[in-house]
Amino acid sequence: MPFDAPTPDRKDGQVLPIIGRGLVLERAGRRIIDNVDLAIESGGISIIMGPNGAGKSVLLRLLTGLLNPDAGSVSWAGRRPDRTRAPSVGLVFQKPVLLRRSALANIRYVLRGAGRAERRRRAEQALARAGLGHLARSPARMLSGGEQQRLALARALAPDPDVLLLDEPCANLDPAAAGAIEALIRDARDRGTRIVLVTHDVAQARRLADDVTFLHDGRIVEQTPAASFFDKPSSSAGRAYLDGRLLID
Amino acid sequence: MQDFGAAFGEAFALLLGFDPALMEIIGLSLRVSLTAVFISALIGLPLGAVLGVSRFRGRALVLVLLNTLMGLPPVVVGLLVYLTLSNAGPLGPLALLYTPTAMIIAQSILVTPIVAALARQTIEDMHAEYDEQLRILGVGRGGMVATLLWDARYSLLTAMLAGFGRAIAEVGAVLIVGGNIHHVTRVMTTAIALETSKGNLALALGLGVVLLLLAVVINAAVMGLRATAARWAHA
Amino acid sequence: MTCIRHLLLPALAAALVAAAGPASAAEKFITVQSTTSTQNSGLFDYLLPKFSAKTGIEVRVVAVGTGQAIKNARNGDGDVLLVHAKAAEEKFVAEGFGVKRFDLMYNDFVIVGPAADPAKVGGMTDAMAALKKIAAARAPFASRGDDSGTHKKEISLWKTTGIDVAAASGTWYRETGSGMGATLNTGVGMGAYVLTDRATWIAFKNKADFRIQVEGDKKLFNQYGIILVNRERHKNVKAEWGQAFVDWMLGPDGQAAIASYKVDGQQLFFPNARPGS
Repeated sequence: MPFDAPTPDRKDGQVLPIIGRGLVLERAGRRIIDNVDLAIESGGISIIMGPNGAGKSVLLRLLTGLLNPDAGSVSWAGRRPDRTRAPSVGLVFQKPVLLRRSALANIRYVLRGAGRAERRRRAEQALARAGLGHLARSPARMLSGGEQQRLALARALAPDPDVLLLDEPCANLDPAAAGAIEALIRDARDRGTRIVLVTHDVAQARRLADDVTFLHDGRIVEQTPAASFFDKPSSSAGRAYLDGRLLID
Repeated sequence: MQDFGAAFGEAFALLLGFDPALMEIIGLSLRVSLTAVFISALIGLPLGAVLGVSRFRGRALVLVLLNTLMGLPPVVVGLLVYLTLSNAGPLGPLALLYTPTAMIIAQSILVTPIVAALARQTIEDMHAEYDEQLRILGVGRGGMVATLLWDARYSLLTAMLAGFGRAIAEVGAVLIVGGNIHHVTRVMTTAIALETSKGNLALALGLGVVLLLLAVVINAAVMGLRATAARWAHA
Repeated sequence: MTCIRHLLLPALAAALVAAAGPASAAEKFITVQSTTSTQNSGLFDYLLPKFSAKTGIEVRVVAVGTGQAIKNARNGDGDVLLVHAKAAEEKFVAEGFGVKRFDLMYNDFVIVGPAADPAKVGGMTDAMAALKKIAAARAPFASRGDDSGTHKKEISLWKTTGIDVAAASGTWYRETGSGMGATLNTGVGMGAYVLTDRATWIAFKNKADFRIQVEGDKKLFNQYGIILVNRERHKNVKAEWGQAFVDWMLGPDGQAAIASYKVDGQQLFFPNARPGS
């Protein structure tokens, strides 16, 4: 009998808004996150953009509580992040980390609390929604790259999280696979999940964004509705980034 | 040396003849060593997994100690268990000395550090990969250990095989605590030692060949199982 | 985690119980601490079934050097002691660990060596003179070096020659620190003379070109004794069954059985229990 996550997926409390205040993170004497304030409130898709090394992945880890800031604080609906509410905050990595089990078992792993049959039904439903129903019995790690990322996404969405953060989920995928991921993201948004997406893909950002946060050198240099960012970015860094000029300081 | 040729002759004669005395000895060897490995797995796998995911002061020292214990001399273990189980020792009243149970205890002590140390390495590597993913799912320390143990199960078979190899091949501990009593505590290795001391070198070597064949069969069976099952579970 | 913890102890216990299995479930048995010579020569395999058939008592033999056998018996890890080192046996009884010591049987020691016989001791009947020649020739000599009955005998023989073998240890005098059979294997391997009991030698299968070079000295007499371990020292001693074994060995049936055991037509042990003792 495989061991499953011993945490209930039942929501013990709301997590939104997620608020970061005065966040600072230093590594090896370098400020990776430098005094960032950020609020994620309900509804829509936020895109975080910025050049490599801007601190995007680290920021996601701070907001999910995977990392503790050196200064400042993160709160989920007014309280510090805690393990019991973790199922309400989903995170999908650039490279999916799948359990060495079947696709179905990967999803069942995160469903807890409900009865055995109910869990199975919900896991199958989540798989079907990701277009992976026919691969339920396949070993997760034998799936293609695109299928693996869809499975990771389906798994993150299975507990029905309030917010889903994605760290360049399409970075290694071909356009078709990326399109499938985007469709899943939209679908989740439509069902009320707040989305925060880190991406380098400007076209993808244009397709999905409700608002854009532009990160540079660990600082937020611009935070605007999508339309204004893509039409006329107010920061020079944002302009340079959209023009494809590398920012090396 | 004519003993080599004679040894293989003896080995096949023993095996083909289904010599009842030999079958009894093989049976006891398997029973003792497999049980010892089973017990070692029950203790060593969780222990190794907990060490693999934990960071605490003095951890490096514990790991050095654990790796050192992998090289415990069987004779020393035999002596310690003898002194414990002897009628003059603290557990004397249990009357376990010179029984298969005593041999299982001694071999479990020998094998547990091996299983734990190898499991620790396997689990630590997998933990590096799984840690963030499991934490984001809200999995706690205990769930993490259980998940890693389950997902590493085929790799952990290798650790158990290493332990089994140690157990089935050692003579020092079982000789002291078992006493090599005919029909009671005589196993392959103590029988080999006995035949050697009788000067029956060909027979002793023949028994050695049988022991090796036994180890080959078990290793092949486990590796086969692992390959089939692992192909299914991950890549 | 909790489920692992809850499973662990019962599983451990179950494993031990299951593994303890049939062997240790044997109902009626005694443990005899004895020497390698009696076991390796096949005597026990011949004798014990006769005793068990008659009494229903299984005899489990732990065959180690006399020194270790006595030590084990002192710890109460045996019901009967059957060894060959009279002085140590009497000390064992005097200290209260044994009930009483009885002469059981005897044979003799011999000095075996390679056919080439580098010390030219072949055919000698004076053990002391032979050892002196071996020492003078610095011919290799393999000693048990393990505090066994045979080792004690060998040391006492060297003492009569006045030769300090401890000083020669590592040169021509080599202490193997192991049992009779292992020492014979070593001796054969390095072409060294070895003092061995005749029974082990006759039953030994790896003689190569070795043969008996010295025999027949009264000093080479090898007496075996049998002692019931004292229940007053170790209350778990199975005194009743142990006594039955001692009585049978000393009685007419046991003595006749000892006398009738032969390897290659040769009698290995000579019963010499005093009737009525």
